[in-house]
Amino acid sequence: MTKAILARKIGMTQIYDEQGRVVPVTVLEAGPCRVVQVKSTDSDGYNSIQLGFVDQKEQRVNRPMKGHFQQAKVNPLRFLREFQVEDPGQYKLGQEIKADRFSAGDYVDVSAVARGKGFAGSIKKMGFSRGPKTHGSHYHRGPGSLGSVAPARVFKGRRLPGRMGGWRRTIQRLLIVDSDAGKNLLLVKGSVPGPRGGLLEIKESVKSR
Amino acid sequence: MDLIKEVEKRNLKEGLPHFSSGDTVKVHVKVVEGGRERTQAFEGVVIRRQGSGARETFTVRRVTFGIGVERIFPVHSPSINKIEVVKKGRVRRAKLYYLRKRTGKAARIKERR
Repeated sequence: MTKAILARKIGMTQIYDEQGRVVPVTVLEAGPCRVVQVKSTDSDGYNSIQLGFVDQKEQRVNRPMKGHFQQAKVNPLRFLREFQVEDPGQYKLGQEIKADRFSAGDYVDVSAVARGKGFAGSIKKMGFSRGPKTHGSHYHRGPGSLGSVAPARVFKGRRLPGRMGGWRRTIQRLLIVDSDAGKNLLLVKGSVPGPRGGLLEIKESVKSR
Repeated sequence: MDLIKEVEKRNLKEGLPHFSSGDTVKVHVKVVEGGRERTQAFEGVVIRRQGSGARETFTVRRVTFGIGVERIFPVHSPSINKIEVVKKGRVRRAKLYYLRKRTGKAARIKERR
């Protein structure tokens, strides 16, 4: 069964494992989420569930959305995200999804909108190498050759400086170090896209065996 | 931020001695040698303390056989058995990097009591 939850990024810190080694972790506030809609092949042509996260004031929700929440008998929620699942029959409308869906040792994929970095050069954006800083090189952080002269144009797909970040990024196979359902906390080893306080989608890793 | 403190709390040690840069400390470190565990002491001057919470570290400098050795320890590391304050030093700054350029008499630190 596919496991999924919505979370908020709290920030990073470090903890110690049994051997006394330092483990870098990101603290996530995961859930409690509510199932707002269940879609199945019969009704919608595909299987998925819609999860809602973070309570929203009644006055901020428009009337069509109010009806949508009422159908699931849940209070208005701020974020709604859909996750494909194999068996939507396991989920009930209004069901609460908490951090205990994941436990220590699980691997997850975390998706979020990465921080916008503005107009970035090819070194920062794509990891190109730079030219010499000194010895009169006059070539420091440029992208290098853009291709041969024969076609008299630059081929599509040439990696060039430009906007970086601000789009959706997924980090695969992050280890869950600890989970605390009482405080709705998940500790994930390593870093996670997005700013502190940003919304994250957490799914069981597609690469976990 | 409070949730981070909550997470770190489990890893924080209590009853650590009060020490700051300029103090001479003896750090008892656990060393695993061929599957056997023993304690090794590292004594020297604290030249830096940085960070906060579970991420706080300190740097101890000692000179052995004319070679300066600096080790950085996490304050709350479980591989530290004990930290002993041998001497309190009176210094006028928080980071004592100037000690690296000094030897012998010039590298002395006045004792505070």
